[in-house]
Amino acid sequence: MNAQAPAFSDPRLNRPEPFSPRDGGLFQRDRAIHPPAYAPGYKSSVLRSPRQALLSLENSISEITGPVFGHNDLGPLDNDLIRNYAKDGDPVGERIIVHGRVLDETGRGVPKTLVEFWQANAGGRYRHKKDTYLAPIDPNFGGCGRALTDDTGYYYFRTVKPGPYPWRNFVNSWRPAHIHFSVFGSGFAQRLITQMYFEGDPLIPICPILTTIPDKDALDRLVAPLDLNASTPFDSLAYRFDIVLRGQRSTHFENRPEGN
Amino acid sequence: MPQPLDYLKETASQTAGPYVHIGLIPAMAGFDIFEKNFSNVLVTSNTAGERITLEGKVLDGSGTPLRDVLLEIWQANAAGRYNHPADRSAGVLDEEFRGWGRAGSDFESGLVTFETIKPGAIVDKAGRKCAPHVNVWIVARGINIGLNTRLYFSDEEAANAADPVLNLIEQQVRRKTLIATRSERAGKVVYSFTINLQGPEETVFFDV
Repeated sequence: MNAQAPAFSDPRLNRPEPFSPRDGGLFQRDRAIHPPAYAPGYKSSVLRSPRQALLSLENSISEITGPVFGHNDLGPLDNDLIRNYAKDGDPVGERIIVHGRVLDETGRGVPKTLVEFWQANAGGRYRHKKDTYLAPIDPNFGGCGRALTDDTGYYYFRTVKPGPYPWRNFVNSWRPAHIHFSVFGSGFAQRLITQMYFEGDPLIPICPILTTIPDKDALDRLVAPLDLNASTPFDSLAYRFDIVLRGQRSTHFENRPEGN
Repeated sequence: MPQPLDYLKETASQTAGPYVHIGLIPAMAGFDIFEKNFSNVLVTSNTAGERITLEGKVLDGSGTPLRDVLLEIWQANAAGRYNHPADRSAGVLDEEFRGWGRAGSDFESGLVTFETIKPGAIVDKAGRKCAPHVNVWIVARGINIGLNTRLYFSDEEAANAADPVLNLIEQQVRRKTLIATRSERAGKVVYSFTINLQGPEETVFFDV
């Protein structure tokens, strides 16, 4: 017999890595704060909601990894919706700054992650070939942008405040003013799409989409407060919107140079 | 009182809505705005691996294709390695392959396509080999929180039979909802899939 360590039948026992409580997996998603798939007050969900139980999957490398983006993916005006589609002037509407941090559930900022946003114009009309609302298209407003968070998870962009608009759910359903957000995080299982609403909007408590959220606090966290300190005098008001992605049982992976 | 736990709560999901294209694929909304755009083509001419087309539809509970759905895929390269710093496996990184793409369904047919390469098998944390697969994320109007599923490959029968995730699916009959079917069309390799949101053939979705 030589002095080699025994080869255990369970391959995990032969792993060379030392034990660590931080294996890179994500915190289990708390489904109670998210809207359920089937939410009949939002009629489109009825035929589009899975009915079988989701199969719970322990995170593998397929879920804790995700696409890496860099400044090379973006253009210089991508976070300026007042200028990124301007043809012969500025778009119509209330000029606003939206800013905040992308954090994870441990409170750490999520650096260098891609945040994308889109919205209707000040009259509540989307620049989309399927939107037929009678409010006019603004020739100087595209309605979309994107940003990469900095090392602390901070992002910001400039736009005009979107208007509310009617939609086909009940005969007289109106969406509160909102901005759609798409966020990546570092693992594909952190991927999230949500919507930001504006403090004080009377349509918030009666919106059939917002009220799919069963948890009052979770709903309130989608409402951005006016942030007068971040506004620019005689130019733009500001709203603050922090976004929290699932926490990771890991210190951050060593940052590799981005912008590659 | 014990010490408080100061974790934050995840931000609640909201539907991507019918106009998701504006933000994520503006060309499909009908306008051109960004210098650089993301697309359903994951490969460059220098990407290593077998070229494949993934082609499929997402069907609602009536069997009607969703024509406003958006899919994203995330996959390992041909050597079974993800282009991400957390993947320290032995496979060679391919700088010509990010491994991620997004596609909107055709507004008439509901067809979704990706041009990519067939991923290699990957090794999980326990050292087990996992069958080649593509991770899929689905958002649309009427979908309140993005749906996660996977696509496996019909010509990987032995690897699929041993795959630890496919084997987690208790009802054997449901495993086939994740298998894309290989065919060849005009010299191109096409893998076809159908994602059923409801019904007897409902696709297996994961709580990842």
